[in-house]
Amino acid sequence: MSAVLLKAERLTRTLPGEVPVTLVRDVDLEIREGEFIAITGPSGSGKSSLLYLLGLLDQPSGGKLWMDGKETSGFSENVLADTRLSRLGFVFQANFLLPEFTALENVLLPMRRLGRLTAGEAEARARRLLSDLGLEEQAGKLPHQMSGGQNQRVAIARALANDPALVFGDEPTGNLDTRSSAMVQGILKDLSRKKGRTVIVVTHDPDFAAQCDRIIRIVDGKIAA
Amino acid sequence: MMPVLPGIALRHLLARKRQTLVSLFGIMLGTAFFLGISALMQGSEADFIHRLIDNSPHITIEDEFRNPHLQPVAQLYPGAVIQMHRVKPETETRGIRGYKQALDYLRTMPGLRASPLMQGQGLVSFAGKDEALSLNGIIPQDIDRVSTIGSYMTVGTIQDLAANPDGIIIGSELARLLSLERGESITVSATTGQRRVFKIVGIFHTGRASYDQSQVFLALKRVQALLNRPNRANSIIVKLDDPYAAHDTAGRIETRLGYKSVSWQEASEDMMSALALRNIIMYSVVSAVLVVAAFGIYNVISTVVMEKQRDIAILKSMGFHAGDIQSIFLTEGLLLGALGCGLGLPLGMAIMYGLGLLHFKFPGTSQVTPMPIDWGWHQFVIAGGFAFLAAVGAAVLPARRAARVRPVDILRGAGA
Repeated sequence: MSAVLLKAERLTRTLPGEVPVTLVRDVDLEIREGEFIAITGPSGSGKSSLLYLLGLLDQPSGGKLWMDGKETSGFSENVLADTRLSRLGFVFQANFLLPEFTALENVLLPMRRLGRLTAGEAEARARRLLSDLGLEEQAGKLPHQMSGGQNQRVAIARALANDPALVFGDEPTGNLDTRSSAMVQGILKDLSRKKGRTVIVVTHDPDFAAQCDRIIRIVDGKIAA
Repeated sequence: MMPVLPGIALRHLLARKRQTLVSLFGIMLGTAFFLGISALMQGSEADFIHRLIDNSPHITIEDEFRNPHLQPVAQLYPGAVIQMHRVKPETETRGIRGYKQALDYLRTMPGLRASPLMQGQGLVSFAGKDEALSLNGIIPQDIDRVSTIGSYMTVGTIQDLAANPDGIIIGSELARLLSLERGESITVSATTGQRRVFKIVGIFHTGRASYDQSQVFLALKRVQALLNRPNRANSIIVKLDDPYAAHDTAGRIETRLGYKSVSWQEASEDMMSALALRNIIMYSVVSAVLVVAAFGIYNVISTVVMEKQRDIAILKSMGFHAGDIQSIFLTEGLLLGALGCGLGLPLGMAIMYGLGLLHFKFPGTSQVTPMPIDWGWHQFVIAGGFAFLAAVGAAVLPARRAARVRPVDILRGAGA
């Protein structure tokens, strides 16, 4: 059995306000290395909110979350950011590249921020990531010069830049046509099956969910049985 | 390769060239005007002080005391309550007692030139007309070292007074009024009733009509005789190599000689405070220009922050710190400020150069003078520094707002 990467215990997220809204309620969860997981559920069920909590983008209002065996509630903003930078990768719905930067530069950004590789090594790695996703031709293009599917593949390459343990996808195929969607699904599946990476995606698409190892269904912020 | 944060900042600015250029222009023009106006104001102030320093004594030692004389008994018992009845002060001839010894002392001080002066009132009667005169008794050999009167001579020289002790130098206006010429003789009477005939050896023209009409220069000894005050001078005028040392030097002279010594700073105190006030007004006005320009920068960076909410969310989700985001936007202010200064200072120099080419005639003078421009380095430092600070200051608020963006809020909005 592979090691536990993420562990959630009674994880809760409530938005404060005159009428507090509970997005995620008492979620218990364990995610192991190499798993390919789909989080599904109806709109507004809290699946994205759960993803943000697991991805350390948001902090829970209750419960506990362990990453790599470390309890994360004591982490400062900067420690959370550093953890995201070195351990996690995100792919969002679409068009989340920086518009002033070329595909190559977008992929380089996390590496340059982390500073683990030299400029030359980083560029070589970025080019390799792009060509693995069939984008060697697009390296010098700006996001608006590429198709939605290409943009999303660049976003995947960027998510992989710092060799993360966990890749999160927030409806990564939500805005794509069928062909591009199938391609992105294939890439994410390969990441898990062939590269052994842990992948967690939020999706509406039952076919996509069906390809995953495990489906976590969320209804009203809770894991449905 | 460029460091990542300044790289992002630069891309943001380059992506909105028009807005960036407009705000850059604001800072550039602000800096240039600031520089041009402050150089002109400082230049005219320096020019004014220069004229003041040149045309008036740096220190005037007067035959007066700042404080009344203490009776010997009061000096003996300081702090005691002393009452004396019917004190009859000694009647003294007015003037600086022992001015020659005072001069000997002054001449031991380095970088200092001094000359005694005896001034009094007189009257010239000529062809049935009477004109009131201010008599200036001078030592012709010394006067050129402490006064600029020699440079205003149109007929004859001051030294002609040395050659002819019974000579008199009058102003051009008096000469015109009384139709006098060099070589003619006039009778001068003093308030003491003494009269004496003097021969005109020279005529001066300063351009100030009242001065040219009323002032006359004679040999010291003659004025002393006319005023019945032999061996007295009622003031000693002093010029210094360093005019700005006048205040301290005057203090030392006064302590030593006892007579009231007035530096040019003290004599023109009202003028100096007017100049200081003028500076305050000028700097507030030109600073306002830069403050307005800073709003342009605030505007462009604010807009970028608003437009870039999503980018900020991406960068943060990627693992950029809040501090990184803040420094990106601060860097934008920094870039605009630095570039604005870099372009504004040369433009300001061009304005300064252009102003320096302008010549104009002050009313009441016949000279054509160029605009006085101060090319001192501190102008550039003040203008550049202020513009830079304004630009960076304008970036602080939007940068802090950017740093506070929570990625989840943006992602939630976008994902819905």
